[in-house]
Amino acid sequence: MDVEELKVKWTGWSFDEIHFEIESGPLVEFAESCGEILKRYTDPEDPDFQAVPSYTASFHGHRQLPEGFPMERERSFDGGKCVEWKAPIRPGDRIVARSHIHDIFSKTGRSGGMMFVVHRMEFRNQDEVLVAIVDWKMIQQLG
Amino acid sequence: MSSEISSVSYADISFGDELPSVEPDVSMPLVRRFGATTGMTFWRFTDHERSREAGLPGAIVPGIMSQGILVSMIHHWAPRAVVHKIDTIFRAPIVVDSQPVCRGVVTDMNDREKTVEIDLTICNEEGETRVLGTALVGL
Repeated sequence: MDVEELKVKWTGWSFDEIHFEIESGPLVEFAESCGEILKRYTDPEDPDFQAVPSYTASFHGHRQLPEGFPMERERSFDGGKCVEWKAPIRPGDRIVARSHIHDIFSKTGRSGGMMFVVHRMEFRNQDEVLVAIVDWKMIQQLG
Repeated sequence: MSSEISSVSYADISFGDELPSVEPDVSMPLVRRFGATTGMTFWRFTDHERSREAGLPGAIVPGIMSQGILVSMIHHWAPRAVVHKIDTIFRAPIVVDSQPVCRGVVTDMNDREKTVEIDLTICNEEGETRVLGTALVGL
C-alpha cells in the first residue's frame, strides 16, 4: 500500500455531512455524566450556558470513511481523538458537520509499519462560524 | 467528584504544577446515562458479562467519556479556564465500576497568551496508564 498515493487521492475533500440542532437536555446529560460541576455547562438557566468543550467528539457522520477507501477495519484500531474548541455551542444552534480525511501518513515502530488516517470533522453553526474541529486517528498495520 | 470549586488564575500557576487528582465516577448507572445521551449503548459499554465473554476485562468506559472527565478535572482546578484543545489517546480500556484516578501536570506556559499545556493521564487501580493526553488551556 503506497501511503503517499493514498494521501494524494483521498485527502482534502468532504465525503459526508450531517445536520443537527442543539438541545439543552443532552448538553446537561453529557456534562453531568462526565462529572462537570460548572453551571455554564450544567444549568440551562445560566446566562452563559453552553456545551462542554469536548461535546462534539460524540458526533459521528453517516459514514466513517469515503466509499472505497482501502482500510481494513479488522486490522485497524482507534488511535485517539483530538477536539479543538473554537466557539461556544448553545441550545438552538443549528450545526452542520462535514467530514474529510485530513491526513494519511505512516510510521515504523518495533511492531512494523503503521498507517495513520486522520478523519476530521469540522462543525459550523447557523452563522457559518467554525465552532469545533474533531480529529479522529485510525491506525492500521501495514504489510 | 467533590463539588468544591477552587479559583486558579494564570499568575497562580508554575511550570510543573500538578492539578488536584480526581477519582471520577465511572459506575454503570453513569456510563449508561452517558450512553443514553450519546447513543453509545453498545454491550461493550453496558454489559459486564457479555464483555467478559468477548475477552474484555468487563464493560468499558467510552473513550469520549474519559475525555470529558479530563475536561471536567481541568474545570474543577480552574473554573474560569477555557479548554482550547484536548488530545487524548485511548491506550487501554478503563473498566466500568472500577476506581480510576485522573491526574494532570502543567508542562508548558505561554505568558503572552496566558495559556498552559497540561499532560493528562487516567490510571487504573494498578497504576497503569489507560488514557493519556494533552490539553491547551487558556486562563
